[in-house]
Amino acid sequence: MNEIAIRFILNGKEVSVKAPPTFTLLRLLRERLGLTGAKAGCERGECGACTVILDGEPVTACLVLAPQVEGRRVETIEGIGNGEELHPLQQAFIDESAAQCGYCIPGMIMAAKALLDRDPGPSREEIKTGLSGNLCRCTGYTKIIKAVEVVAGKSRKGSESC
Amino acid sequence: MKFEYQRPATLEAALKFLAAAGGDCAPLAGGTDLLVMIQEGLVGPRTVLDISRLEELKNIREEDGRIEIGALVSHGRAAAAKLLREKAALLVESCLQIGSPQIRASGTIGGNLVMASPSGDTIPALYALGAGVVLKSVTGTRTVAIEDFFTGVKKSVRRPDELLTAIVFPAPEPSARGFYNKLGQRKALAIAKVSVAALVTRKGEKVEKVRIALGAVAPTVIRAPRTEEYLAGRKLDPETIAAARSLCAGESRAITDLRSTAGYRDRMAGLLLARGLEDLL
Ligand SMILES: Cc1cc2nc3c(=O)[nH]c(=O)nc-3n(C[C@H](O)[C@H](O)[C@H](O)COP(=O)(O)OP(=O)(O)OC[C@H]3O[C@@H](n4cnc5c(N)ncnc54)[C@H](O)[C@@H]3O)c2cc1C
Ligand code: FES
Ligand code: FES
Repeated sequence: MNEIAIRFILNGKEVSVKAPPTFTLLRLLRERLGLTGAKAGCERGECGACTVILDGEPVTACLVLAPQVEGRRVETIEGIGNGEELHPLQQAFIDESAAQCGYCIPGMIMAAKALLDRDPGPSREEIKTGLSGNLCRCTGYTKIIKAVEVVAGKSRKGSESC
Repeated sequence: MKFEYQRPATLEAALKFLAAAGGDCAPLAGGTDLLVMIQEGLVGPRTVLDISRLEELKNIREEDGRIEIGALVSHGRAAAAKLLREKAALLVESCLQIGSPQIRASGTIGGNLVMASPSGDTIPALYALGAGVVLKSVTGTRTVAIEDFFTGVKKSVRRPDELLTAIVFPAPEPSARGFYNKLGQRKALAIAKVSVAALVTRKGEKVEKVRIALGAVAPTVIRAPRTEEYLAGRKLDPETIAAARSLCAGESRAITDLRSTAGYRDRMAGLLLARGLEDLL
């Protein structure tokens, strides 16, 4: 299969990488760029383990073709901290013990980040909806939702104090 | 996966490519159905024609009392659009019922229609709105009433050389109220077992006009004409709603499959209608 060059902005930096046009974005990230944070779960759009942010929106990387990202912005779990400090969502997941096996967590955090980027102070219901495309087989979700609420609570306008 | 990838820069180029491909070419919009079907080996097109960047198919606008939604408008964008929230809330509700935030971000209304699944969530709302489907090819443009677009499960009148470019419908009267009620196995990521959309226009206390569509209870989405006729001219009160509920259950033509039984679906069609009408009281 012929490979083509794909250029896009990955975690803020321009990259150019060769891959067959039949590759999914998930395979491109994992097999050609060494970024194994996004996980392959179902590869059918059902589990959310492969969630990344494409031009500001959460997408399942298993249902995006690699050449579709040409010239666009992709954010993955590897790019959300600054190298020194964790992203507030990552810290909250640790503080709240929201991860067990961890397989779903990169997707959970990227789905949560997409939600908070759009609305920094979502309600609990909005958080549940925001995470409704992400399955977790371990935690029972309660602590995951709590972790996102902790970060959201810091921006929520007075809702907790009254 | 094995296919050739093409990304035409304009609608015109896409249509030319499609005409030359002679059928062995699958347009790629959001990819949420197509890429699953390719990965599962259900389809194996020689070419995947990436139309997802054709900006001219992403508009939502109102002109001369007609609302037009580009085929490539995603469910998420449709649900967030002010014009649709104000004038076609039932379509917004149906878009919000689809899959998950990720699927809504990618999946398009055009893709949902071309898939022609009887459980496609945007379809009943578009029946209720009296929509038309705009199909374009190198030889011309035609608009097909949505009820004539579907011919069976996963079948439509779209020719392989045509792209669905837009969905159009008359802007509902300001007093019109609608709803979309869906029953699935769970709240997110669930295909409808049965769904009901309706658009009700009232004059004073009485129903002037109502259009009701039932999803997942027949090979295509269907209208419920006898229930519509019954409701026309009546005041929406508990007795009327109860009668409409049983009429509607009788018009449902569900089958039993792995998701649900026929009898349950028929009864739920009536109940989902009744709940929606009660909310309008
Ligand atoms: C996890 C998951 C959950 C889902 N949940 C739901 C749900 O709850 N409700 C629901 O209704 N659907 C659901 N779907 C199905 C799917 O997301 C929708 O049908 C969606 O609207 C399809 O649009 P798309 O743009 O992704 O289509 P694509 O996958 O890009 O295309 C679908 C088909 O239509 C053709 N096509 C697309 N656009 C055009 C066009 N403009 N002109 C001509 N042909 C075209 C393609 O060639 C292909 O055959 C789900 C899918 C997944 C993976
Ligand atoms: S691996 Fe992509 S959604 Fe499950
Ligand atoms: S922590 Fe194991 S799947 Fe979520």
